[in-house]
Amino acid sequence: MSQYDLVIVGGGPAGLAAAVSAKDNGIEKILIIERDNELGGILNQCIHNGFGLHTFKEELTGPEYAGRFIEQVKERNIEYKLNTMVMDISADKVVTAMNRVDGMFQIEAKAIILAMGCRERSRGALNIPGYRPAGIYSAGTAQRLVNIEGYMPGHKVVILGSGDIGLIMARRMTLEGAEVQVVAELMPYSGGLKRNIVQCLDDFDIPLKLSHTVIDIEGKERVTGITIAEVGPDRKPIPGTEEHYDCDTLLLSCGLLPENELSKTAGVTLSNITSGPIVNDALETNIEGVFACGNVLHVHDLVDFVSEEASNAGKNAAKYIKEGKSKNSKNVQIHAVDGVRYTVPCTIRPDEMDDKVTIRFRVGQVFTDCSVATYFGDELINKRAKKIMAPGEMEQVILLKSKLAEYPDLKDITIKIEEA
Amino acid sequence: MYDVSIVGAGVIGSAIARELSKFQVNACVIERETDVCEGTSKANSAIVHAGFDAKPGTLKAKLNVEGNALMEKLSQDLDFPLKKNGSLVVCTKEQDESLLDKLLEQSKLNGVPGCRIVEREEMIQMEPNLADDVVKALYAPTGAIVCPFNLTIALAENAADNGVEFKMQTCVKSIERTDDYYVIHTDNGDIETKSIVNAAGVYADKLNNMVSGRKLKIIPRRGQYMLLDKTAGEHVSHTIFQLPSKMGKGVLVTPTVHGNLLVGPTAEDIDNKEGVNTTMDGLDSLAPTSSLSVKDVPYRQVITSFAGLRAHEKDGDFVLGEAEDAPNFFNAAGIESPGLSSAPAIGVMIANEIAEKLGLKENPDFNGTRKGIVNPASLSMDERNALIKENPAYGQIICRCESISEGEILDSIHRTLGARTLDGVKRRTRAGMGRCQAGFCSPKVMEILEQEVPMSMFDVRKSGEDSRIVVGYNKKI
Ligand SMILES: Cc1cc2nc3c(=O)[nH]c(=O)nc-3n(C[C@H](O)[C@H](O)[C@H](O)COP(=O)(O)OP(=O)(O)OC[C@H]3O[C@@H](n4cnc5c(N)ncnc54)[C@H](O)[C@@H]3O)c2cc1C
Ligand SMILES: Cc1cc2nc3c(=O)[nH]c(=O)nc-3n(C[C@H](O)[C@H](O)[C@H](O)COP(=O)(O)OP(=O)(O)OC[C@H]3O[C@@H](n4cnc5c(N)ncnc54)[C@H](O)[C@@H]3O)c2cc1C
Repeated sequence: MSQYDLVIVGGGPAGLAAAVSAKDNGIEKILIIERDNELGGILNQCIHNGFGLHTFKEELTGPEYAGRFIEQVKERNIEYKLNTMVMDISADKVVTAMNRVDGMFQIEAKAIILAMGCRERSRGALNIPGYRPAGIYSAGTAQRLVNIEGYMPGHKVVILGSGDIGLIMARRMTLEGAEVQVVAELMPYSGGLKRNIVQCLDDFDIPLKLSHTVIDIEGKERVTGITIAEVGPDRKPIPGTEEHYDCDTLLLSCGLLPENELSKTAGVTLSNITSGPIVNDALETNIEGVFACGNVLHVHDLVDFVSEEASNAGKNAAKYIKEGKSKNSKNVQIHAVDGVRYTVPCTIRPDEMDDKVTIRFRVGQVFTDCSVATYFGDELINKRAKKIMAPGEMEQVILLKSKLAEYPDLKDITIKIEEA
Repeated sequence: MYDVSIVGAGVIGSAIARELSKFQVNACVIERETDVCEGTSKANSAIVHAGFDAKPGTLKAKLNVEGNALMEKLSQDLDFPLKKNGSLVVCTKEQDESLLDKLLEQSKLNGVPGCRIVEREEMIQMEPNLADDVVKALYAPTGAIVCPFNLTIALAENAADNGVEFKMQTCVKSIERTDDYYVIHTDNGDIETKSIVNAAGVYADKLNNMVSGRKLKIIPRRGQYMLLDKTAGEHVSHTIFQLPSKMGKGVLVTPTVHGNLLVGPTAEDIDNKEGVNTTMDGLDSLAPTSSLSVKDVPYRQVITSFAGLRAHEKDGDFVLGEAEDAPNFFNAAGIESPGLSSAPAIGVMIANEIAEKLGLKENPDFNGTRKGIVNPASLSMDERNALIKENPAYGQIICRCESISEGEILDSIHRTLGARTLDGVKRRTRAGMGRCQAGFCSPKVMEILEQEVPMSMFDVRKSGEDSRIVVGYNKKI
């Protein structure tokens, strides 16, 4: 069995940034394992602009952004294997992988970083009734067909779900000559970024129907029509509000699910809310030496945050490899309540944390003129006013080590949404 | 001129074809779809019923018990997955326990081996997730689960390997009877044949009524299901049936041979023989109904839903054998549940009847075994590496949810009656049947089909003629 200091599962933006940072923090024997035939992950099919505003202060396409990190990986001679699928990760950090050349092989790792990204929610998981014809695609599959393979999946399109990929595909399909008739969204708000709604729908006069869902799919072989209806507060269709669209294509952009099957079999504890691992401020899971970052941890909308989070994971993995298990240190629990759906990380170690730790979270509904409040125990520590917050945009709170040091007996931190 | 033309390549047509190939016969199977197993045989509960359900003395009862007994050997000969997991019929507090005793009595009359009543204590040990209200159950150890696609495909492949011809995308439009043979008019030319087998599923009445004055009427009775992810697959280990109750016939909860959890079916008589759509009411009814027998089914993990049509004949039993007023026209009609379970026995019965009528001789070259597509997951690491060394395609995963390699997909395309569609690949290999439902692998499978068949990307279909996946080139590339 071969041995590595660090095995990184997934060569998307998260895996790449984690590798670079681990290397820069003194780790030599690193292996990135990627099942696709190139590094870069989902970014390779995101050929639109808008990546890297935070990291590089310029607007790059997905492949350009990924390219910058791939270059850094290559400059540092970090080893990677493409077309190689990780099949299993064991609790004692043995990684089993497979490809055409090496066959099935095992690697013993001192530390592992999970960076497997996420997958899209499928039609089946949404329980949409109707026939099961061709012409139903997840938005990401359609994106792959159009942007990478060069084929058009259809001419007349209805989109269910206003996630970012769906919004971007609404624009893309329109530019390719398809007629996008409507985007229906189950919730009373969009799951996508505001800028995508403006640039991808409004600019092309594509209507966004909030509180609407697909209630029937017609066509036995290929989609011939879709019926949508308005939903009430219980998210059930309201009789009499049905609208029929003739179309040959239904795109689904109804949420992403972190891809944690490997984590689960390894024994990593997952959050019911994010479906990602529960991690501490070092982004370490319940299994010592197993870290997680990027979309496998929680779904991000900005790749810059993915890179930032991942380089943190890389740095912490390096520390773990060099210093071994961290002291049995104190953990402070972070509670997400009153409109805050979850936080990443879920716990923080005041003695060992970095000087500054970013707590990322999403809200459960749209809030206007309110504020994000942070409590240490019962004491209000910080209150930051926000004009608007929506589930589609990730929010953050920064915790300072120096501040936590003032509260030696602290057990709980609470983050919640309050009136301004 | 064919000796025998079988209409329909479902499990019944395929089973009859395979049994017939044990004789020296010039036979063909005529199927309107692009592949075998496109009808009811692909959308059912996939249970090999023990046989206690059907009324004693009916064809259903007899052939179910016989079919069940044949299934295990068949699964070894033809290399398809079968699991003898046993079934339980559960009775809740409000229900009449004597109904279970009646079923037990019926099982004896039908000749079902080993059934017995189990009390709550033992039952809960067997199935910890049974609903709290369940008090007693009938246990049938010979109940089993099967892969209905692989069963049907294996039968068809083996029939083809033994000389039966398969004519796909050929729909029977009418049948003309001459003095001593039939002319079958199809949308793909005429076929002359000495005899016909009607195994046309929900359309078997139409076929029968083309030649016989004794009219059949088949009512499509829809059953809708939800399929759950493998992470829910161990929620129960036996097949859990319900006694009929106020809420209707009840639904079953069962593991599948591949380790998913299946809940369904509903039962609705409809008037559309193509009506395999699911409905909101149908799907919504499954959770409350299933909770009568099994608790805490994790419905958040549904990965797909589907519907199948039972070919319910108005008189209620299978209609089997030569039509009285149409010599050499053999019916296998009204084959609703337990049709899948009975298929091996129906095959034997009809093939023997035809062989006798036509005076067919035994086929000395008949080879009754068939090798399925390898399942690398069942191999040790060394065996797997040997396989990859021999054929590196087995080292390349295409479907990540089900861990299906390129090697398996290539095999599915190049073997007898090979796959030509995404669904064809899916049913043979499971690529695309996992939790992402083909989102990731379909572009890759399309490329493989394009190269290997070979065919144009624009001819790659999901299943039927009109089910193309892509419709043109994008402007820029
Ligand atoms: C359509 C779309 C549009 C977006 N638009 C923008 C935008 O405009 N601006 C922006 O800033 N961000 C955008 N994002 C977000 C950003 O691209 C993602 O957040 C980022 O790609 C996530 O990185 P990741 O490395 O976590 O996941 P991924 O990019 O998904 O990478 C995960 C990698 O792991 C590999 N992998 C998984 N499992 C295994 C295994 N078992 N073995 C081997 N390899 C494995 C996968 O093949 C993949 O390459 C967009 C995302 C999408 C999907
Ligand atoms: C909801 C449900 C649950 C069930 N559960 C079980 C179970 O658990 N156990 C069990 O034993 N049985 C079960 N069954 C029954 C079982 O599925 C069927 O009995 C069996 O699949 C019938 O097979 P078949 O070959 O007769 O029909 P099909 O599979 O429908 O095949 C008929 C074929 O004929 C073709 N055809 C029709 N008309 C023409 C034409 N004019 N020209 C050419 N081809 C034509 C069709 O395309 C089709 O492929 C269930 C059925 C349903 C609907």
